[in-house]
Amino acid sequence: MRKGLILALVSCAAMTMAVSSPAFAEDVTLNALFMKQAGYSEEDVTAMTQAFTESTGIQVNPTFVAYEELAPKILTSAASGGYDVILGDCIWPAQFAKAGLVLDVTDRVEALDLDDIYQGALDATRYEGKYYGMPWLNDVKYMFVNTKLLADAGIEEVPTTWDELIEDAKAVKDQGICEYPIAACYAQAECLICDYTCIAGAFGGAFVDENNEPTLNSEENVAALDFMASTLTDGLCNPKSLEMIEDDVLSTFAAGNAVFAINWTYQFASMNDESQSSVAGQGVITPIPGTDKAESATVNGGMPLMITAGCQHPDEAWDYMQFLASKEMQAEYCANALPIWKSLYTDEGVIEKAGAEVVAASQIQFDYIVNRPMVPYYNELSTSMQSEIQRVLLGELSAQEALDGLQETALSLAEG
Amino acid sequence: MRLRKEEERYALKLISPSMIVVFGVIIVPIVTTFIYTLVNIDPLSAHKGEFAGLSFYIKALTSKVFWEDLGRTLHFTIASTAIETVLGMLIALLLNQKFPGVKFLRSIIIIPWALPTVVNGSLWKLMLNGEYGVINALLVRFHLISSYQSWLGNPKTAMWCIILADAWKMTPLAVIFFLAALQGIDNTIYEAAKVDGAGAFRRFQAITLPALKPTIMVIVVMRTVEKFKAFDIFYLMTRGGPANSTKTLMYDTYLQAFTNLNYSEAATYAYLIALVVALMTLIYVKLMNREEA
Amino acid sequence: MKNRKHSGRMSSRKKRIMALEMFLGLLLAITVLAPIAWMFLSSVMQSVDLTAKPLKLIPETVTFERYRQIFQSTTTSDPAFVFRIALKNSFIIAVSVTVLSLVIGTMAAYAFAHVRFRYKGGLMMLILFTYMLPPAALIIPLYRIYSSLHLLDKKFPLVILYLSFIIPFIIWVMQDFFGSISKSFEEAAQVDGATRFQTLLYIFLPIARPGAVATGILAFLMSWDEFFYALIFTSSLTSKTMTIAIEEFNGKFTIDYGMISVAGILGSLIPVLITVIFQKYIVMGMTAGGVKE
Repeated sequence: MRKGLILALVSCAAMTMAVSSPAFAEDVTLNALFMKQAGYSEEDVTAMTQAFTESTGIQVNPTFVAYEELAPKILTSAASGGYDVILGDCIWPAQFAKAGLVLDVTDRVEALDLDDIYQGALDATRYEGKYYGMPWLNDVKYMFVNTKLLADAGIEEVPTTWDELIEDAKAVKDQGICEYPIAACYAQAECLICDYTCIAGAFGGAFVDENNEPTLNSEENVAALDFMASTLTDGLCNPKSLEMIEDDVLSTFAAGNAVFAINWTYQFASMNDESQSSVAGQGVITPIPGTDKAESATVNGGMPLMITAGCQHPDEAWDYMQFLASKEMQAEYCANALPIWKSLYTDEGVIEKAGAEVVAASQIQFDYIVNRPMVPYYNELSTSMQSEIQRVLLGELSAQEALDGLQETALSLAEG
Repeated sequence: MRLRKEEERYALKLISPSMIVVFGVIIVPIVTTFIYTLVNIDPLSAHKGEFAGLSFYIKALTSKVFWEDLGRTLHFTIASTAIETVLGMLIALLLNQKFPGVKFLRSIIIIPWALPTVVNGSLWKLMLNGEYGVINALLVRFHLISSYQSWLGNPKTAMWCIILADAWKMTPLAVIFFLAALQGIDNTIYEAAKVDGAGAFRRFQAITLPALKPTIMVIVVMRTVEKFKAFDIFYLMTRGGPANSTKTLMYDTYLQAFTNLNYSEAATYAYLIALVVALMTLIYVKLMNREEA
Repeated sequence: MKNRKHSGRMSSRKKRIMALEMFLGLLLAITVLAPIAWMFLSSVMQSVDLTAKPLKLIPETVTFERYRQIFQSTTTSDPAFVFRIALKNSFIIAVSVTVLSLVIGTMAAYAFAHVRFRYKGGLMMLILFTYMLPPAALIIPLYRIYSSLHLLDKKFPLVILYLSFIIPFIIWVMQDFFGSISKSFEEAAQVDGATRFQTLLYIFLPIARPGAVATGILAFLMSWDEFFYALIFTSSLTSKTMTIAIEEFNGKFTIDYGMISVAGILGSLIPVLITVIFQKYIVMGMTAGGVKE
């Protein structure tokens, strides 16, 4: 395996030398895999790519597929080099790195101005001290609050702790303003783990310790899960949350049937779009509440760009990634995705394009980013967590039992 | 002897295009996948590249997960096949009668079957939605339930939702099969039985049912095989949730391969699915032969 | 027609039975048509009304904007545009698969039914087994082969892939069908000096036409419906099929039920029309062929 990797690296290096003259670069064509319908739009990426081709002469064929298709596409193609540059979810680099699907880009990343990049975004591309990707699509979850419904219940302040939020939710429910004040994406999908990460983080919990050893059944995690289950049993959280993913939460909120919802940045634009929302102008974006253990906590939902192991032109691929993630591009297209560069957040143009409310919320929220475990077995652990946590939410299992079981699962997965 | 050779050459000419296409596409993948079940190729495993023998089969067959998956797969397969067969027969009996509008019914009954599975799955997911589904709206309006229910978010109902969606699409096929068989029954037999004083139920039992037996067999065999391998509708409607209540063998295979990167495990599951399906077919064929004998 | 003979005092009972039959027929018609009607309604409802609670069953305003978008959009990134192209791709693929599988599969089916050759039984079993293998068992090696031959994301390779599971199905159904045609036809034709291939072409094929139409429709629908292979093997507008385009309306960040409904209506139009128009053939094919021994 290692021999193969070295061989690949050597041949890549040889290739690099061969193509380093610009005359050769003209002939290079890269295949890149992107996601449609979230973050940067297809038009944005196409425009960025065109600008790249114009300035370098390197041709790029971008392909756009739905988020759900990304993983199968990457897994089936990485070994055979169907794509050179791929957009991946931030929970994949460890798995891809261990499986030898993506290239180590540590030297290239370390040459960047790392102090100017958000640590959370950067961390998500790291596995065993090495970098395997370039942070690009920057996203975390926020709390969205329908302040009009809240005001109807006589509450003027947006809650900053979960205790306050529960109190407010009870008031809203008791006054008959909203039957289920909280909508959450607790379907058997990754989104459930995203929400649990936020809430566990707010309770001071984490799924792994600093050495990536699993700590699933920690006291804090149990308390957080118990809390989530109690919002359902108390009728504060919508029972249909168990079939909801992100977009269901958005549409429930947009229909005026929720006061509180945790979601990605994209909800802000959608819920204020009158053609699909009946609560346009009623909601705010704010940091996710905390407890006395942590002021707030959110989950990293960024998506880095990576170079596949089968890539024949890693230098050009890296150039392309650098171009897409450059400050110029990120500032230009920040209306659909926030930049990874800290320095851009004081840029007037960026604030105007991205929206002052979103930038303001992000400046607080980015300080509380939690990454889901950056371990190669994360996806398998996540599938187990999804069903077990749902069983707790359904009242079939206690939080302690479920998390004890999951801790065992994690330990055995860690062993391989 | 010469004739026999000529006959074989003729057969070869006729079947070779099919064989080239079919086996040309699948022979290498089938063999490769079989090798995957014997050699650990999981990219994340510490034992990658090692010969595993039958250990993947043993691991699957001794794991609780496999049997739970199988149980859910059988739940779906048996329930939906039974519903489609029984309902299909009853509807066919109705449509075999003469009453105003029956012609119209016969021509529209097939429509759900023609809908693509993806459309069917999306349609039912939309209608069953807990927050704004039309089924909830209707049930509340007619006071059959007091508040909107999360049909797809409840482990007790999710599988039945999928069975409902599948039955809605596939029962029409059974109806068409049964109608064809019913129209082949000679009416004079019924007349004779009537003269002999046999009641409607007795006539059904003695004449209709035996005549429909081959059709029942064909439907049951065809549908169980298809359903055991069903993937699309689970992928579209529930993705195995909630709380794994709709995680079938086939969906788990997908999950193992494309989420967990356990290729060898996925390959083993796939082979076990094929084995079970082959076994079921064999049993049916035996049963059918015995019936005919 | 047997009822016509009876009259007089039976008629009141007859009337009651007929009323019951009509009632059940009405119920059946509602069950069959209501979901489709709802899909159409969703396709013309405003997005805001679709997620309203309580749901208004009869919308105050309707919009055909989404249909206009599908037919007129020229932006390549617009899901509506993608869907239109995908619809075209699906049609090209399904027609190619239907024609090719019928030609190739029918020849082989005839051989299996009427020509003697060695290993016939074993080969048939093997073909059936390939039909039973779940696609997940083949997908990873298949992808590697297709990728190394540069066959990914193209229409024709997808056609070949579909042929690999549709041809076995055609052989299975059609050989049964050919088997029911008496061998004496062949002997008679041979006495008249016809070659065996001429017999197949001019004697067997015309008799087998209803069966061929029926299986052809099934082949078309299977290919139109296919989801899993398309999910893995297509990615751009060159080859993306209708099923994948619909699935893409159904993602993590966009569940556009209005658009899904429009796509559902348009994606079902062709198969529904074909099935309704050729329904007689399907029934005839099944009556004369495989089902009734």
